[in-house]
Amino acid sequence: MRAPRAAHVADAVLPAPDAVIQAPRTYGFRYLLRRYARNRLSLVGMWIVLLIVVTAAAAPWLAPYNPTKPDFFNTLQRPTPAHLLGTDDLGRDVLSRVIYGTRISLLAGVISVGIAVLVGLPLGLVSGFYRGRLDDVLMRITDAMLSFPFLVLALALVAVLGAGLDRAMIAIGIVFMPAFIRLARGQVLSEREQNYVEAARALGAGDGRLLRKHILPNILSPVLVQSSLSTATAITAEATLSFLGLGTQPPTPSWGSMLNFAQPYLGTAPWMAIYPGIAIFATVLALNVLGDGLREALDPRFR
Amino acid sequence: MTRYLFRRLLLTIPVLFFVSLIVFSLIALIPGDPARIMLGEEASREALDVLRRQMGLDRPILVRYLLWMGRVVQGDLGRSVRDGRSVALTLAQKIPVTAELAVTSLLVAWAIAIPAGALAAWKRRSVVDYAATTVSLAGISIPNFWLGIMLIYLLAVNWRWLPPSGYVEPWVDLGRNLKLMIMPSIVLGTALAALVMRLLRSSMIEVLGSDYIRTARAKGLADTTLVVRHAMKNAMIPVATIMGLQLGGLLGGAVITETIFAVPGVGRLAVESILTRDYPMVQGVVLFAAVAVVAVNLIVDMAYALLDPRIRLEERA
Repeated sequence: MRAPRAAHVADAVLPAPDAVIQAPRTYGFRYLLRRYARNRLSLVGMWIVLLIVVTAAAAPWLAPYNPTKPDFFNTLQRPTPAHLLGTDDLGRDVLSRVIYGTRISLLAGVISVGIAVLVGLPLGLVSGFYRGRLDDVLMRITDAMLSFPFLVLALALVAVLGAGLDRAMIAIGIVFMPAFIRLARGQVLSEREQNYVEAARALGAGDGRLLRKHILPNILSPVLVQSSLSTATAITAEATLSFLGLGTQPPTPSWGSMLNFAQPYLGTAPWMAIYPGIAIFATVLALNVLGDGLREALDPRFR
Repeated sequence: MTRYLFRRLLLTIPVLFFVSLIVFSLIALIPGDPARIMLGEEASREALDVLRRQMGLDRPILVRYLLWMGRVVQGDLGRSVRDGRSVALTLAQKIPVTAELAVTSLLVAWAIAIPAGALAAWKRRSVVDYAATTVSLAGISIPNFWLGIMLIYLLAVNWRWLPPSGYVEPWVDLGRNLKLMIMPSIVLGTALAALVMRLLRSSMIEVLGSDYIRTARAKGLADTTLVVRHAMKNAMIPVATIMGLQLGGLLGGAVITETIFAVPGVGRLAVESILTRDYPMVQGVVLFAAVAVVAVNLIVDMAYALLDPRIRLEERA
């Protein structure tokens, strides 16, 4: 186990044992991996997520056909050895489209959560650290934002920003922001009272250094857990917006829009609806399992 | 007591203020000319001018907000740009439909989640527990639009057990109304059931480990009585606390469910007005959704203060 950095500092000057005992919980990567791997289900989740990431990266090599090129001689074909998951109304290979759809879904999940973390985390840090007027106003705004049903607010934002994958990602990112602001703020509120923060301050660390070097590393684990669970929700949200015709636009293959266009063919070509749905379901399930596993590995209450 | 209720009521004012600000800025911050976006490129100059004046686009933004807010407080949410319908009246027609769907979905969710959650906690680490936990994880992860489409495919297209979609008012034909509500309620109830089950399971585990349960058990109470009569009451508290969250989930889910099953409620209205760029209607729907959630949260908190003396005492301390 790697010793926490701030405790080093505190130790050097004040050899008080409680500074070490109450020091923040930073653990080595290996230790975490071992804790994480204790749960078999979490391990399976992690492997599936890795598999999906590899699929997204290797899509051009894995996909047997061009995902956007219509083939009007082969429309609505049922699954055959040539087209393992069948073809759609324009004769495009469903398997190839599902494989390429992985890219859109992962991109949407990572970018929208990235936006929420990049904006929400600093805001929450500053808000919890300085308190005061800024904190009051920010908390009322997050209260208000959290009063909107998640999907309703995302839809309204897309209505304003316009349809498209990039805008959908921004909208989802904005909707996620208050959760990260709240999370970071809550963590800072408890961390700033810890001995190691006081010790660092006594050593002359300024606010910026204190936040970046000491507090931030110690609040990262709940942020990591929240991020992985949010990625699952973001992927569902992007698929939902695309399903409603407000996210990814045709002909780009996205699981949500594939399901949208599959609806009229439920009776004649159900494979158009079955497989993209399984892809979303499996991805979101794996990410949720991964997030739960991370929480168990990182949260001291589970030890 | 009165002081607590009053203070809680007072706390909703800033939240509602920021809610109104967000809803207002949604339209105010549209890049470009909202009038042109709403009416399209072919709109005549006269029509654009009329709409701009109607929306007050020729005035400063603060004045526009105050005017809008003044009307909203009086229950005037404006008119649809598409057909001139009153937004408030349209909402009033759609709300009962969504309310019915929300209630039936809530019933479906609770009917599954409460027994499953209690059983999983009671028989912790058993096959039942693992099965319930796994199913709830799946329930949280399954995209509701896909679940809806698959239900239509299996129950309506393949087996022809149920009509695929549509809506009939309950007072016109109650039987058909309920039949049409089965699939939407399952779709909307699934994610909620999973959430409630997880929550109830963990709170039940905590309650079952508490002293009063041990005392009751030592007294010789049967396990069933213990769980159903003693533990359940306290274990349900966290479930009741997140009523606001549950309503939010239901309203968000209704957008999808009502669209797939052609149920003419608030959710479908939201999608239709977004697709047709009917911004006053979008504003009305979004405002309604947020205010409904704020109201439910307020009611839950107030009910707590009335039922649980500890909350009142905390205030005094």
